[in-house]
Amino acid sequence: MRVRAALVALALLAALAPAAIAQERASLSEIEKQVMCPVCGTLLQLADSPQAQREKVFIARLISEGKTEAQIKDILVAEYGDEVLALPQGSGFNLSAYWVPIIAFLVAAVALAIGVLRWRRSSEDGDAAPPPDAPKGEDAERLDADLARYDL
Amino acid sequence: MSVRSSIAVLAVLAVIGLLVYGLVSKGSSGVTVGEVAPTRPLPRLKGGGTSSLAQYKGRWVLVNFWASWCGPCKQEAPALERFQHQHGGPKFTVLGIDSRDLSDDGRAFARRYGLSYPQLRDGDGAAAHDYGTTGVPENYLVDPRGKVRWLLRGPVDEEYLQDSVAPLLPQGKS
Repeated sequence: MRVRAALVALALLAALAPAAIAQERASLSEIEKQVMCPVCGTLLQLADSPQAQREKVFIARLISEGKTEAQIKDILVAEYGDEVLALPQGSGFNLSAYWVPIIAFLVAAVALAIGVLRWRRSSEDGDAAPPPDAPKGEDAERLDADLARYDL
Repeated sequence: MSVRSSIAVLAVLAVIGLLVYGLVSKGSSGVTVGEVAPTRPLPRLKGGGTSSLAQYKGRWVLVNFWASWCGPCKQEAPALERFQHQHGGPKFTVLGIDSRDLSDDGRAFARRYGLSYPQLRDGDGAAAHDYGTTGVPENYLVDPRGKVRWLLRGPVDEEYLQDSVAPLLPQGKS
């Protein structure tokens, strides 16, 4: 029984291991979206300069050596510095790239919620308001005549 | 001033402060003839450790920014090596700075062109930023007091080095 269980576990491992490895395997097209061409100042994906070409060859070589995405990014940072990363690392002033949009989104959401609440309140007040006074005297006669003329 | 107005003013000030901090932290850059050349310490391209222009104080130094992927750098490299061979010594040296380049590519370039003069590595382009380079190659002649005496944004050739740089150097083998 134990032997059978061990065999089943081994078979499962053998089946899942390639999938796990494939999941970890880095891809050039994915990394190109996350790193910069330092000379061009654009995403590597969009760059075609001689420096960008060398960077792409370098990344492809690292992938063929079996390096993971995180390892490749670390190596690129060692070669070109932090600015090679399209998204800055989370420390110091660089953190503002993350928290400023979050704060801006929260402030905008709160402002929108307050605006909607006020608008709804004012429209409810508008519904409850008494209808305007009906025309009287000469105005009422003219209105009746107009309605009759247009058969309304 | 109402609470709402105060919050709005504070928010605007915070955004402006953030923008100003971003600009100031980037700093201004660039050097022109007559100014002191930046001396940021940089790793050596070969052999490990760091070095900087400051270590060459008292000598004339031709600072050459280059990269292995740069076509004109390939053209000027032999001329620079010959100039170093003719004038290099206790009073003058060429100092190469491999900028925004892969270190393996930089070392292969130096081997291929037999560059014997000292080479530093500027992977993130910080030194190039200090000098205000607009690309590679660029050349700066720095005098023994550390001031830029001449600069050329572009490649040099043998004739140009002999006509424009050699006359500025001390006579004889420097």
